[in-house]
Amino acid sequence: MRRLLLALALLAAWVPLALAVSSPSEMLPDPAQEQRAREIGRQLRCLVCQNESIEDSNADLARDLRHIVRERVAAGDSDAAVIDYVHARYGDFVLLRPPFNLLTAALWGMPVLALGGGLVAILLLRRRGAAPEPVPLSPEEQARLAALEKDAAQ
Amino acid sequence: MPMTSRRMLMLAPLGLAAAGGVGFYAMLRGLGTGGYDPHGVPSVLVGRTPPEFSLPPLAPSGLPPLASADLQNLEGPVLVNFWASWCVPCVVEHPQLMQLKRQGVPIYGINYKDKPEAAMEFLTRHGNPFDRLGRDEPGRVAIDWGVYGVPETYFIDRKGVIRWRWAGPITPEVLEQDVRALLRHYA
Repeated sequence: MRRLLLALALLAAWVPLALAVSSPSEMLPDPAQEQRAREIGRQLRCLVCQNESIEDSNADLARDLRHIVRERVAAGDSDAAVIDYVHARYGDFVLLRPPFNLLTAALWGMPVLALGGGLVAILLLRRRGAAPEPVPLSPEEQARLAALEKDAAQ
Repeated sequence: MPMTSRRMLMLAPLGLAAAGGVGFYAMLRGLGTGGYDPHGVPSVLVGRTPPEFSLPPLAPSGLPPLASADLQNLEGPVLVNFWASWCVPCVVEHPQLMQLKRQGVPIYGINYKDKPEAAMEFLTRHGNPFDRLGRDEPGRVAIDWGVYGVPETYFIDRKGVIRWRWAGPITPEVLEQDVRALLRHYA
């Protein structure tokens, strides 16, 4: 049973490989490092096909960049240092998660703006929909009301 | 609610729609004129000096090799052109490079991921526009430059600063509109 589970676990770990790094010769011998390299690669855009990460792409340049990522990881670079290495060469475009700066402020701010705008609209609409508070009765009106109630009771 | 703020509230969606329309129009116009390219990867090197590198020569061509030291303290602006014999757009841009060479503009070539024999045959067949030629068979120098396809051309001023990068072939239009203006400006 344990063997079966182990085999299944191994299989689960191997399936994504078929999609991404095509040849075993590309992989790092240390599974932990290979895992890190793959995580890093998923954050980097393939500049040729543009809607895929370099881990998913078959383009030559993506293969070269995968190679560089593994080289840097094997050399002991931190994840941030590896990403910086590629970012320094290809700019913000290569990052699948765009950094927050003046140019991308609208992009990152949009969900907050949309949500906040919606909330404000809901609040305003609710306030308008609610009936206005009745004006309290003047002493004369109160006296008349009391008289009327007295009449009705008799 | 006061009248003015109520009017503002009614105008806000209209204002938003108008701003969106203006933005969309600007994008479409940019797509038409080439000023806006959503697939273009802007070069981080513009305004900076090229990265350090040293490439071997293409031996049979007899041309001197290329290193970053050759791109400092220049007599005038130079073009650095990444190309390959297997690249079809490179054939399209070649006549423009030859024209620039005839007019005395120095072009330094970097032969990207190519076989020496194939590169040599390309130059024999189409002519040699290069004053220097380095071979980047592994493509690592190209990655240091942020190259993401061939051909790619960089304009370097006499101080060795990269002023312009063109990804794709230098068509006659690009030559007339962009390269000529740069040559005049940085002459």
